[in-house]
Amino acid sequence: MNFVTELREGLAISWGAIRANKLRSVLTTLGIVIGIVTVTLMGTAIQGLNNSLMERVSSMGADVLYVDRYGWLIQSRQEWMNAMKNPDITLDDADILERQMTLAMAVAPVAQDDTPVKYKKQGASSVPVLGTTEQYQITSGLSLEQGRFLSGAECDGGRPVCVIGSELATNLFAGASPIGETISANRHDFEVVGVLEKQGGFAQSGGSDNEIIVPVSQFTRVFSSSPDYDIQVKVRSVADLADAKDELRSILRRYRHIAPGDSDNFAINQQDQFLEFFHRMTATIEGIGFFITGLSLFVGGIGIMNIMFVSVAERTREIGVRKAIGAKRRTILLQFLIEAACICVLGGIIALLIAWPSTLLMRQMMPAVMSPTIVCLALVVSAVTGALSGFFPAWRAARMDPVEALRNE
Amino acid sequence: MSLIRLHKLSRRYQMGTETVHALREVSLEIHRGEYVAIMGPSGSGKSTLMNLVGCLDTPTGGTYELNGNQVSEMNDNQLAEIRNREIGFIFQTFNLLPRSDALRNVELPLVYAGIGKRERREIALHALTSVGLADRVHHKPNELSGGQRQRVAVARALVNKPSILLADEPTGNLDSKTGTEIMALFEELSSRGNTIIVVTHEEEIARQARRIIRIRDGLIASDEPVIK
Repeated sequence: MNFVTELREGLAISWGAIRANKLRSVLTTLGIVIGIVTVTLMGTAIQGLNNSLMERVSSMGADVLYVDRYGWLIQSRQEWMNAMKNPDITLDDADILERQMTLAMAVAPVAQDDTPVKYKKQGASSVPVLGTTEQYQITSGLSLEQGRFLSGAECDGGRPVCVIGSELATNLFAGASPIGETISANRHDFEVVGVLEKQGGFAQSGGSDNEIIVPVSQFTRVFSSSPDYDIQVKVRSVADLADAKDELRSILRRYRHIAPGDSDNFAINQQDQFLEFFHRMTATIEGIGFFITGLSLFVGGIGIMNIMFVSVAERTREIGVRKAIGAKRRTILLQFLIEAACICVLGGIIALLIAWPSTLLMRQMMPAVMSPTIVCLALVVSAVTGALSGFFPAWRAARMDPVEALRNE
Repeated sequence: MSLIRLHKLSRRYQMGTETVHALREVSLEIHRGEYVAIMGPSGSGKSTLMNLVGCLDTPTGGTYELNGNQVSEMNDNQLAEIRNREIGFIFQTFNLLPRSDALRNVELPLVYAGIGKRERREIALHALTSVGLADRVHHKPNELSGGQRQRVAVARALVNKPSILLADEPTGNLDSKTGTEIMALFEELSSRGNTIIVVTHEEEIARQARRIIRIRDGLIASDEPVIK
């Protein structure tokens, strides 16, 4: 008998056996259904989380290089000790980059501090304040809701003006237009010339909703005379990112007189590093999540194994008859393996039918994507679970002595 | 040439520390077309002999040649093939698959022989017709009477055109009237040239055969033709 007919016969026999013991099959399948549902939902959630994280991170500017005193991801004490020796990033560094870089579209030095802010009776005790140049609008990709951004002349040392985040605008002005009004930051007056568009979201990208941006010349006057800057360099095209990074490094090394062979005394950061970090983080979450949900699938598998042992024991005589009239070991083995796999695949399909609407529900709270990969994976996993947990019972059936089996009552 | 040739066939069982000699160096020949009854009280070794002849069990000593095949040397899978091709079993308790209808039960040996769907349906229908059950093909075993069940079993045994029909107490679970009917069917099959071996402890059944082999304590006690 060839393998294909054996498979077909096995399927027919299994289907008959499953239908003959409906309640038992349903209960056994339930274990697998729960296992597969949890695995599928877990996978869906993780994939959704991953996707949204990626989106957020790349919206922060994949084509921007950040020159800082320290690297963003310091991984050892040694690295930290070295970074501590690096000199502050200065406006001169930004200046030389702006003048010499050919692959840069915009270069903006950014200094940060916190400041109390007041407008008439409204106020906030601590608001992030950024000192930068007009180029920051390009490097940060921020757009304005009202008014305009800082001008070049203002940044070179003109009037005390500022641009504020949308949330701050709402808090201070409660709906009235802030343009032209004067607010007080660190007891100095600034005229509001623009309001940023609302960013929303989380972490750094949303930070601009609550901040004040002032010209760098005003920043040094009012907040801190020699702050540690970071320099944002927006590259002309993402494709040039690597070249731009090299160019940036060589300009800065030349400017800072770093001897060939010595290591950089500054750090060039980019989103890649964050992405990589996030990937590692999600991989860990994935690993733990799948381990835990895998346990529930394992329990389901044990249920299948149990039932298959019962099924084999109560069909001992049938196995004897089949062997007497010519069934080989392989045929019997396959018959019970297929039966176990059928129960599991059935469970897998039911699980997907449950998981799919659940995903839609989940989407109300978080980004969730049920991809074809996950669907296929769930089915394969359930079939494999069935085959694995069905193997020992099937093996026992296949090895039965026909004489003994026929004698069984 | 003999269809069945047993030479000094032995079967020992290990029961704990004790060795049981179920069969002791039995030699026997059965020719094609013979109708043989094997008799003996329980524990005599007749079941062991039947299992060995039916290739369900392997001997611990001696040789067994069935239709030119050295069966005593074969492994599990080869034995399964031999059983499928050479032997038709008829059991005391019928041993039909309860969830399958008569046709499906009769088809089963053909399934294991790897015969295509349409062909095996045709052969199985023919076999059922030949035992007088053409109108019962889609009945499940529990919808059939004892005699009808045994007829299905006979049809299943015949369907692969085996060398031997091996019947173990075929009338043991039947009333005497149906028993007689089944024995009449055997008579008919024998007259058509089938080789039949019936294992029984009933003298009356055994006397329907042409030859009676009596087993006692694992040995052949007598082997003589039936005089009618």
